Amino acid sequence: MQHLDGNVLAGPLAGLFAFDVTTASARCAGCGELAMLAQAMVYADAMGYVARCASCDAVLATVVVESERTWISLQGLSALEVPVLREDEAPARTL
Amino acid sequence: MSRRPASWHAATVIAVAPETPTARRITLDVPTWPGNDAGSHLDVRLTAPDGYQAQRSYSVASAGEGTTVVLGVDEVPDGEVSPFLVEDLAVGDRIEVHGPLGAFFVWTPPAPGSTPAPVQLIAGGSGVVPLVAMLSAHRAAGDATEFRLLYSVRAPADVFFRAELDASTGVEYVFTREAPDGWATPPGRVTRETLRTLTVPPEREPRIYVCGPTPFVEAVANWLVELGHPTANIRTERFGGS
Amino acid sequence: MSFITRGFSGRNRERDPRLPPGQTLVEDWPVLSAGVTPKIDPDEWEFVIKDETGADHRWDWDQMQALGLEDITVDIHCVTHWSKLEMPWRGVSVDKVFENVESQDDYVMAHSYGGYTTNIPLEDLLDGKAWIAFEADGEPLDPEHGGPVRLLVPHLYFWKSAKWLRGFTMMPSDDPGFWEQSGYHLHGDPWLEERYW
Repeated sequence: MQHLDGNVLAGPLAGLFAFDVTTASARCAGCGELAMLAQAMVYADAMGYVARCASCDAVLATVVVESERTWISLQGLSALEVPVLREDEAPARTL
Repeated sequence: MSRRPASWHAATVIAVAPETPTARRITLDVPTWPGNDAGSHLDVRLTAPDGYQAQRSYSVASAGEGTTVVLGVDEVPDGEVSPFLVEDLAVGDRIEVHGPLGAFFVWTPPAPGSTPAPVQLIAGGSGVVPLVAMLSAHRAAGDATEFRLLYSVRAPADVFFRAELDASTGVEYVFTREAPDGWATPPGRVTRETLRTLTVPPEREPRIYVCGPTPFVEAVANWLVELGHPTANIRTERFGGS
Repeated sequence: MSFITRGFSGRNRERDPRLPPGQTLVEDWPVLSAGVTPKIDPDEWEFVIKDETGADHRWDWDQMQALGLEDITVDIHCVTHWSKLEMPWRGVSVDKVFENVESQDDYVMAHSYGGYTTNIPLEDLLDGKAWIAFEADGEPLDPEHGGPVRLLVPHLYFWKSAKWLRGFTMMPSDDPGFWEQSGYHLHGDPWLEERYW
């Protein structure tokens, strides 16, 4: 089964953050590399999603989705950078 | 432009049409859809009578305001969801969709007065779907940015959204298995050399979007970096199968 | 509230009264994978039990097989709702590796090549309840299904049957392994539907 990337997490995480968290930048707690969550390597199967650092393969985050609940672990991220937006503003990070 | 929050919507199928021997264009009426940026995706959720659910992500081929949402779905052999969408889904059926999703792999028209860099789109197979949305949005906005698409596809019959692509300029095809009669290049996969000759060169600092199966995206992204494009200028979206 | 999709029934699914709650029978064997499949060479494979004294008990491939392979037929139940009944397996009973391991600890962390872990009470591994498995369906285990060697604990949900098995670490408490930290149940009994926290 091929891995995907963090874009696929936009759906499962949509209700948990006030913005699309796949555009958030995060630093890998393992190797220190900074990247947007959208560019993490994501292994997805029926157990859950496992997002791994594209540089060092360490596990950044896991997302387990059940019908009534979602569990998210961000254990492998040193921190998550969250953009602050006005209601009428689009996210600034398009190319 | 305001942010568009993602929610679950009931969608009704209003049209289905074959795009290729294995893929279908599905047009949905989604009355509660808030519109979507070009490149967004949605998650389709199917529910069986015993409550079992299966969910997969699909890129949206349409963009802008409006409640009509167009998908291009390629059937994956032994898949769980795509065979149903391509073979069984019928006009009048209702499905649940979650979206619009994905603020990373999107293109929005540049602010007035800005001079944006050229945009290079690179598609592998069904990865062309979100890029078609970007081309449509670019045309609809009357945007003057230079837009190019390199589309890698097995054979002429496998080209998705032919009508939309024929209406665009700057589209280059690479046929990997079978080329049209009289095509100047014999069939073959995209290589680093293909990218060097057929895409906007690094000196012009294009913003690049690459979408398709994971191995295609990773090979292309690596070659783009080798050719001198900064990683920050390359956005990727990997498709799986199922 | 979800509504039923006309005409959708999912993949290959049938009901059977021998199934635990919430499970559906499948005939094939789905592959679930959350990382790159490790490629392990049997010549380099090693199984290690670490106990609280700091002692390591080790077996290489031949030593492990020499403990005695048994043929068993078991039902397996995946937390993702599929079950496979009467599946033939071949492996070494975990009782054999514990014969000379003295430990006061009641819990085990099973470790996989590639870094995954899962926690299991020792009593769920002994008395003929678990195997270190080399073959399934009459064939050597392929890497996609956890080969060359995986743990087999059929009375718990199948995620506890650690793929790419490399060893056990004894623990005094039931510390959560990878999926247990991420939302899954510490124990995982399919008959009690112990799927999540």
